[in-house]
Amino acid sequence: MPEARVIRLHPDGPDEPADAAAVEPGWEDQLAGGLEFLRRRLTGEYETDEFGFDPDLADHLLLPVLRPLFQKWFRVETQGMEHVPDTGGALVVANHSGTIPLDALMTTVALHDDHPAERRFRLLGADLVFQFPFVGALSRKFGATLACNEDAERLLTDGELVGVFPEGFKGIGKSFSERYTLQRFGRGGFVTAALRTGAPIVPCAIVGAEEIYPMIGNAKTAARILGLPYLPITPTFPLLGPLGLLPLPSKWFIAFGEPIETASYGPGAADDPMLVFNLTDQVRETIQQSLYQLLLQRRSVFS
Amino acid sequence: MPPAVVLVTGVSRWLGGALAAELAADPTIERVLGVDTVPPRPELQRRLGRTEFVRADIRNPLIGKVIAAAGVDTVVHMNISSTPGGSGGRTSMKELNVIGTMQLLAACQRVPSVRRLVLKSTSAVYGASPRDPAVFTESMQARQVPGGGFAKDSLDIEGYVRSFSRRRPEVDVAVLRFTNFIGPRIDSLLTGFLRLPVVPTALGYDARVQLLHEDDALAVLVRATTGDFAGTVNVGAEGTVLLSQAIRRLGRVALPLPTQAIGPLGRLTRQARITDYSPEQLRFLNFGRVVDTGVLREEFGYTPRYTTAEALADYGRTVVPVLDPALVGAVVAGAEDAVGRTAAAVGSLHAVAGRRDPHPAGGGLRAVRDA
Repeated sequence: MPEARVIRLHPDGPDEPADAAAVEPGWEDQLAGGLEFLRRRLTGEYETDEFGFDPDLADHLLLPVLRPLFQKWFRVETQGMEHVPDTGGALVVANHSGTIPLDALMTTVALHDDHPAERRFRLLGADLVFQFPFVGALSRKFGATLACNEDAERLLTDGELVGVFPEGFKGIGKSFSERYTLQRFGRGGFVTAALRTGAPIVPCAIVGAEEIYPMIGNAKTAARILGLPYLPITPTFPLLGPLGLLPLPSKWFIAFGEPIETASYGPGAADDPMLVFNLTDQVRETIQQSLYQLLLQRRSVFS
Repeated sequence: MPPAVVLVTGVSRWLGGALAAELAADPTIERVLGVDTVPPRPELQRRLGRTEFVRADIRNPLIGKVIAAAGVDTVVHMNISSTPGGSGGRTSMKELNVIGTMQLLAACQRVPSVRRLVLKSTSAVYGASPRDPAVFTESMQARQVPGGGFAKDSLDIEGYVRSFSRRRPEVDVAVLRFTNFIGPRIDSLLTGFLRLPVVPTALGYDARVQLLHEDDALAVLVRATTGDFAGTVNVGAEGTVLLSQAIRRLGRVALPLPTQAIGPLGRLTRQARITDYSPEQLRFLNFGRVVDTGVLREEFGYTPRYTTAEALADYGRTVVPVLDPALVGAVVAGAEDAVGRTAAAVGSLHAVAGRRDPHPAGGGLRAVRDA
């Protein structure tokens, strides 16, 4: 047995196979799990919902792909997870930044992996997202749907955790010099949806996403030709070509604040524009404050 | 009060014929009249029982005389064509759909005995676009009004029916907005499409599909004809599947094509009489459409027996799979087995390799020999 002789030369020889033995079933299970996943995908034996959400694909393909980015690249730290309810509908409202909506994807991973109830995050996206081939279909499979009151209210009534970025393209496509200043919060549609369904609003502040693609310029003409709301110019894109698509490894914080309850106002309150404006402002102020607090806590952008 | 004399248009198609047969089997209904331009096929004719077939074109004013002479009190309008191929081109399809409905409604308006109108409409009136909410309720309207084809015709038809109901307010009008039909016997857009061994789909898109089993469609039509529901109702099964998922479940092979290529392909397959689909049906294949069926269950009072998945499975029994799910299962099981064996082999190799010196193995062997 030549193998045995080789191992005898190492002082910590016995540990190595022991480790390998611990890893081996994992490898086998993983492959078997992968094959089982493949079989389900080929025969269509998985469930999807009326919004096009495909939990099987999200759990076994999309989340595993995003996880290294979440854990290793951005080293995301989550705070205030106890403010997100374990069950029932709630509306998470967050700041939007980073040129490409990675903040939405990372928050999805955070709520699934770091929340004790492994909550699914149902994002609301702009109609532009669903116009594009691949992006639109994949977004739906990942649990997103169109940002409109009908869909938001339906999801909240079904007891889902809904995510909204009211700044929209104004937030995600703003220049680097405006980082961490919240833009206008749309028309307050998210507040009406929460009021009609009595779902609490959970303010969420995301720090770190602003630095992944620092947008120093906007190729407006090219964007208009391509039908995009903006076309970012960053220090690395388009200068370095595809390499410029690599996000900078900034350190991220995702903090959930105390929920703002809406049930006591009653569903009729959605028709009171003053109340809607006030609540919108309250949510916006809360997020802005926690952004400043998180920025003070942060030692540097990349650590 | 059950209807006494029922007139069903489009009786030579499967669903119209099935409805007429069902009504004819009901002894409380005095007469059932079936109207169509072509006579029903012999096997359907046998099922129709005491249904009186009237060979007439609803585009012809003659239909008014038929309604008046028979004293029809309930009209079920089902003669709406969804595909240009089946009715001899888009022009004649539009004429049949829109002008036919106008003529029929004009005739109904004149005849005082008519007190109930049932319209077989479609959920296509909601359109299909990326700007639409995921689930439509009856009160919603298309954000992008369908530009042409079947959906536009259906919108026009519903418009005419609304104005008819304004002019004859005492007539109960039930508008049934059906989702796509599926089932072993019915002939619909999707059944023809999914029967293709290689199904062309839009590259980069995946539609949410809500179906309705033919038995449920028939039951809803019977209930709408004999019951007293008035208003608009979405009719669809519970649950949805993605188009890709439906194709996989039926063991078909999807052929994703760029959106630009599907139009010409559609014309080609229509000419070759393989399958028939029009641009707005392609938009449906891009984005899909789901309707809320709360009104159906609570106000109309019917809960479909089949879910979308069950209806699809029932249809699947009549389709020979190209890529057999059982075969896929067997292959994967085989592969899993192989993985298990490899893992076991690798594991034992490691176990052997892990021994610091070979003597215990010898000892073990001796122990076995001793035993």
